[in-house]
Amino acid sequence: MKVEFQNLSKQYESGRIILKPMDFADDVHTLAVIGPSGGGKSTLLRIIGGLIAPTTGKLWVNSEEIEQNESSLQQYRRKIGFVFQQGGLFRHMNAHDNIAVPLEQVHGFSRTEASGRAMELLERFGLKDDWKKKPAALSGGQQQRVAIARAIAAKPGLLLLDEPTSALDPEYTTEVLDVIQELKEDGLHFIIVTHEMGFARHACDKAAFLCEGSLMEYGESAQLFGQPETEQLQRFLGKLLEWNL
Amino acid sequence: MKRLKQLFWISEDSRRNAPLTSKKKINRFAALLNLLLVTALWVALFWFSLRAIHVQLDFAFLGQFRIRIWDGFLVTLGLSVCSLILSLIIGILSAAGQSSPLLFIRFFCSVYVKFIRGTPLIMQIYLFFYIVGTAWGVNNRFVAGVLILSIFEGAYIAEIIRGSLLSLDESQLEAARSVGFTRRQTWRFVILPQMIARTLPALTGQFASIIKDSSLLSIIAVIELTQAMREISAVNFRLFECYLFLGILYLCLTLPISLISERLERRFQYES
Repeated sequence: MKVEFQNLSKQYESGRIILKPMDFADDVHTLAVIGPSGGGKSTLLRIIGGLIAPTTGKLWVNSEEIEQNESSLQQYRRKIGFVFQQGGLFRHMNAHDNIAVPLEQVHGFSRTEASGRAMELLERFGLKDDWKKKPAALSGGQQQRVAIARAIAAKPGLLLLDEPTSALDPEYTTEVLDVIQELKEDGLHFIIVTHEMGFARHACDKAAFLCEGSLMEYGESAQLFGQPETEQLQRFLGKLLEWNL
Repeated sequence: MKRLKQLFWISEDSRRNAPLTSKKKINRFAALLNLLLVTALWVALFWFSLRAIHVQLDFAFLGQFRIRIWDGFLVTLGLSVCSLILSLIIGILSAAGQSSPLLFIRFFCSVYVKFIRGTPLIMQIYLFFYIVGTAWGVNNRFVAGVLILSIFEGAYIAEIIRGSLLSLDESQLEAARSVGFTRRQTWRFVILPQMIARTLPALTGQFASIIKDSSLLSIIAVIELTQAMREISAVNFRLFECYLFLGILYLCLTLPISLISERLERRFQYES
């Protein structure tokens, strides 16, 4: 999916600058967005997902401009899947309804079609027996797998994942990353904001390094991790290695 | 010794986050025994107190007033149900009004809530009935009673609703946007179900308050349960019997409600 933006920036009313004006254009297959906390990664992902409006700049997806008004954003969001860091599932609905209700209400599935699709995905992600459970009764890893199932249920053109494993224990992290890897093999295109450098490096073709609100580096993952150009990325990767085995 | 302890001690893990009425892990026999002991203590306390002031209770006269008592009971029930409905409407409107973009509406609602919550009901009853009621020609005491009670309870319900609106998680609204819900769908499938789950137990409890608070309407001579009992006791001077029986009748209404409230609370505990 072709993602393009020009002069995109975000500044809060308080005056705090989250993203400095940036340009980008590429055909996105699998893209990892990395960088230190507070660098604007999540904000950028939310702008691309049509969840928040940029302060300046324009955004095109598949050469179509994304208008920043509520009704066209609603249309746009239906073609995109979004997975949040945590708390993205509707708390009062069980796993099945979390997937089936949006399919029925937003995507025009019939009740049986929606239910069938929900069960199919739950089964695929190893959650068949947990379909009745509310999010609070699921483990963090299970919650994120349901969230991914919900996000891909209507076969979106692009899946956006905002630190999907940051709130998880290591063993759950692997279980969620495996699911994403599997989806990649099916040809799903995604952008993932992550601190899992191994995943960013080996599972994503491209990587973007965002630091202090600027897009400092962008390119092939192997290139980015192998020969970081900017001092900031070198320092960032160096810090991560400090406690590695 | 250990068995004896089991009859009076609740084990550590059933003490945690278990309301008193969930007897899940509490032995049935132990529950019954302790309940019996508690009842015996209360009865004994009353009995000795009455003995000390040389009062002998005699409830026999109640039979002859049963029609008046029953009528009063029905009026109390009617007052409470009507007030519940009206105060719910007032509560929802003023909760919404307090987050209105119009400053006038916002202040209007918040002054209303603060005034009502900050003054005693008895003062409001006199004020509304004798000044406002007379000036605007509300002469029917039942209607006046419902209006006054609803205005009073509405302020409390407004706070319950406002609190639950405030506790609504931003992440849930963002998730609703991300799946492509329209504003209407967000209200219908996310906000309302979560708010109902959060407010229903408290609202049920508020209904019990309405029933009790309606007793104060006796001061403007609405012949509800309390007023009926006052009139009866004024005739035969059986003050203790009348008020004890009055308490029992109120409990018949409020106890089931508080049980329902507790049950609802447990049913909607999906969040923690």
